[in-house]
Amino acid sequence: MDISFFTAAVVAGTPLLFAILGELMTEKAGQLNLGVEGMMLMGAVVGFKTALITGDPFLALAGAMLAGALGALIFGVLTVSLRANQVVAGLTLTIFGTGFSSFMGQGLMGEVIPESMKLFFADFKIPLLGDIPVIGQIFFNQGMLVYTGYIAAIVAGLYLYRTSIGLNLRSVGENTAAADAAGIKVSRYKYIHILIGGLLCGLAGAYLSLVYIPSWQENVTAGRGWIAVALVIFCRWNPYRVLAGAFLFGGLDIIGFRIQKYDFHISQYMIDMLPYLVTIIILILVSAGKSSAGSPPASLGESYFREER
Amino acid sequence: MVNISKSFGDVKANDNISFSVNYGEIYSLLGENGAGKSTLVNMLSGIYTPDSGDIYVHGERLRLASPADSISSGIGMIHQHFKLINVMTAMENIAIGQEHGFLFRKKKVKDKIEDICSRYGFRLEPEKLVRDMSVGEKQTVEILKVLYRGADILILDEPTAVLTPQETERLFDILLRMKEQGCAIIIITHKLHEVMEISDRVSVLRRGEIAGTVNTQETSPMELTSMMVGKKVTLSIERPPVKSDDIMLEVRDLSLIDRDSIKKLDRVSFSVRAGEILGVAGVAGSGQKELCESIQGLERRKRGGILFKGENISHLTPRAIFEKGLRISFIPEDRLGMGLVPTMDLVDNVILKDYYLQKGIFLDREPARQRAEHIVKMLNVHTPSIYHPVNKLSGGNIQKVLLGREIDSAPDFLVTAYPTRGLDIGSAHLIYDELNRQKERGVGILYVGEDLNILLSLCDRIMVMFEGRIIGTVDAATATKEELGLMMLGEVTGGVNSND
Repeated sequence: MDISFFTAAVVAGTPLLFAILGELMTEKAGQLNLGVEGMMLMGAVVGFKTALITGDPFLALAGAMLAGALGALIFGVLTVSLRANQVVAGLTLTIFGTGFSSFMGQGLMGEVIPESMKLFFADFKIPLLGDIPVIGQIFFNQGMLVYTGYIAAIVAGLYLYRTSIGLNLRSVGENTAAADAAGIKVSRYKYIHILIGGLLCGLAGAYLSLVYIPSWQENVTAGRGWIAVALVIFCRWNPYRVLAGAFLFGGLDIIGFRIQKYDFHISQYMIDMLPYLVTIIILILVSAGKSSAGSPPASLGESYFREER
Repeated sequence: MVNISKSFGDVKANDNISFSVNYGEIYSLLGENGAGKSTLVNMLSGIYTPDSGDIYVHGERLRLASPADSISSGIGMIHQHFKLINVMTAMENIAIGQEHGFLFRKKKVKDKIEDICSRYGFRLEPEKLVRDMSVGEKQTVEILKVLYRGADILILDEPTAVLTPQETERLFDILLRMKEQGCAIIIITHKLHEVMEISDRVSVLRRGEIAGTVNTQETSPMELTSMMVGKKVTLSIERPPVKSDDIMLEVRDLSLIDRDSIKKLDRVSFSVRAGEILGVAGVAGSGQKELCESIQGLERRKRGGILFKGENISHLTPRAIFEKGLRISFIPEDRLGMGLVPTMDLVDNVILKDYYLQKGIFLDREPARQRAEHIVKMLNVHTPSIYHPVNKLSGGNIQKVLLGREIDSAPDFLVTAYPTRGLDIGSAHLIYDELNRQKERGVGILYVGEDLNILLSLCDRIMVMFEGRIIGTVDAATATKEELGLMMLGEVTGGVNSND
C-alpha cells in the first residue's frame, strides 16, 4: 500500500479526532453525552450554510462550533441543572440534530463550497517537519484543520494532566461528591466541558461538510459520531491515544476505496462494514479485559445532587 | 451553631440545635443512629443548608452555601465515607480544588505536604495511589487534605469505624497534637469509650434534639447511654455456651483469585459448629467479603471445598443451595447494594427471597405483608409504614429489616458481615441479642466484625484474617484485644492454635 493511503487516513481520521476529543472532555466531567452524532450534524449544516452565504472560512467554522455548542447546551441544561437521565438526553440530542440538519439542509443538496474557501483549507507543507521522509508526507503535508487537530489533542493532554484545572476536572468525573466536598464548583466544570465537547463536535461536523466531502449531502456523518463515542473507550480516556485511535479508524474508513484498485473479491458492503465491525470487536475486547486498567471516570453518567442521602 | 433546624421531607433531622466549640478543645457529638449527628455537621461543611438558624465562626455570622464557603472559613470535614479519588495519588487528592496557579506544580504541593506531615507527625507516601492504600492511610490523606487547606476547625464523622486499635491509637495521638496547636475538633461517634478517652466535652443528640451537654470528666458511660437512648440499658452481651459438637459448616483449603489475578483467599480452612458464633477479625479487605460470598455461593472462581452438614456446596448457586433445603442466610456488608432493593418498600423486600415459589403469574403479597409487620414489631423498626421505601430509613432500621427478613426464613447458618456497622448502641444490642437467640436455636453463625470488644464478648472463637490467609484462631474467652490487634497486622503471636 502506498503512502498516499496513510495521508488519506489522516484526513479521514481528523473529524473523528475532533469528535473523540469533544466526547472525552465531556466524559472527564462525568457526563456521558451520546449526542455526538447530532452535534456533528448540526455543526456540519450550519458550517456549510454559513460558508455558502458569507464565503468566510472563519465565520463558517465559528458557526459550526457554535451550533455544536448549542446542542451541548441543551444537553447540559437537561442533565446538569435538571438532572435528567444522560443516556436519554444524549439520544434525544442525536435525533434532534439529525432532524435539524435535514431541515436546514433542504435545498443545499448539490451545492459546492466556493473555490476561495477550498484554497483556505488546502494542504500545505510544514517547513522542516514536512521534509522528513514518509512521516513528513503523511502527517505534515496536510490542511490547516488537520494541524489544528494535532494541536488540540496535545493541548487537551497537557490541560488534563499538567494543570490544576485539569486535575479538578478529572476529580469531578472520578468522584463528584469528593470534588464538591473539596470546594470545586462542580456544575460549572460540567457545563464548561460539555460546551467544549459541543464546540469540538461542531468542528468535526464542519470538517466533513467543508473539507472532506466538500459539498452538501444528507447525513454526512454516517455514524461517525457513534464511532467516536466508542473510540473514547478504545483510547481509554487519554487524549494522546486519541491521535492513534482516530487515524487508525480513518484508515479503516477509506480502505474500501483503496482496495478496489486490487482484484479482491470481497463485497463492497462487507468492506463498508469494517469500521463498525472493528468498533464492536474493540468494545468487546475492552470490556472483557482486565478490570482496573484504563477504566472510565468512576462517576460517568451519574447525576449529582449534593443533598442526596 | 445557634437554633439550627433541618428537615428532609416530613422528617425533622435537626430541631433547634445550638452548640459551640472552643479552639484547643475536642468536642464529641454522641447519639443513636438517625439522631441527626451527620446532618448537623454536614451543615457546617456546606453539604446541606440549614432550614433555619445561624452559624458563627470566630464570632462572625456565616452563610455556608457550598463546601467552598465552608473551606474558606477554616472548616474541614473528614467524612465517614472517605471522599477520595481512587485512581489518583495522595498528593493529587490533597491538591484538588486548591488555587495554586494554572500549572499543577508537584514540587510545591509535595513540599507543603511534607511540612504538614512533620509538624503533626504523619507518615505518608505522596505518590502512592489511593486505591493501593489501607483504610488508615486513606484517613491520613483525608486529614491532610483538610490541614492543607489551612482548616483550624476539624470535623471527623465516625473516624474510628474502620480502624484497627493500633490505628485508632495513632489517630488519637494526632488529634491531641492538633488540639495542642489550637485546633477546634469535633468528633462524631457512637463509641462511648472513645468519647471518654479523648474528648473534653460531649453533647448527646437524641431524635434531632440535644439531650444534654456535659464535661467528659464529670460523666460516666452509663449516664451518657441513658441520655442517648432515653432510658437505662444494660451494656453487657451474654455468651450462652455452645451445646453441640456437630459441625455445621466446614471449609477446606478455600482459595480465590480475582479478575486482576490477585489472591483474595489463600487456602482458608475452618469449621463452625451448630450453635456456635465464629468471629472473623481482620483489617478491612483481608478477604472477609470474599469468604462470605464464597460460602453463600455468590463467588464462582473459588477452589477448595465448602461442606455444609457434610454436603459439598462449593459449586452451587445461592438458589441451588436454597432449593436443596439448606438455609444459609447472608447479611452482607453492603446492605442497600446486595441485601435490599433500596427503592422498594418493606413488603416487596421481604417477598424477594421466595416470590418464585408462589404459583401463578401474580404475586400474593399478603403473607409478605404479615411477615413485614412481624419484623417491624419483633425488632422495633422505626418506619412510617411497611410501604415505605427502605432507602428512606436510617441505617440501623435498614439493618433491622434485613436481619429480620433473613432470620424469618429460619436459617441453619447465618453469615453476617459488620451487622452493626453504623448502628447505635441500642440497635446494636438488639441485634446481638437476636444473634444469641439464633445461636440457642442451634444456628451456626459466622460473624465478621470490626469492633474487637464486641467480637471478644459475643463470639465463641475468633479467627483472624490477614491478606486472605487465616493467621490464627483464638478462644474469645481468653484472648485479649492487643493480641488480636497484632494478629490483624499479620504478626503471629504465641499461644495461637491454627485450626481445630
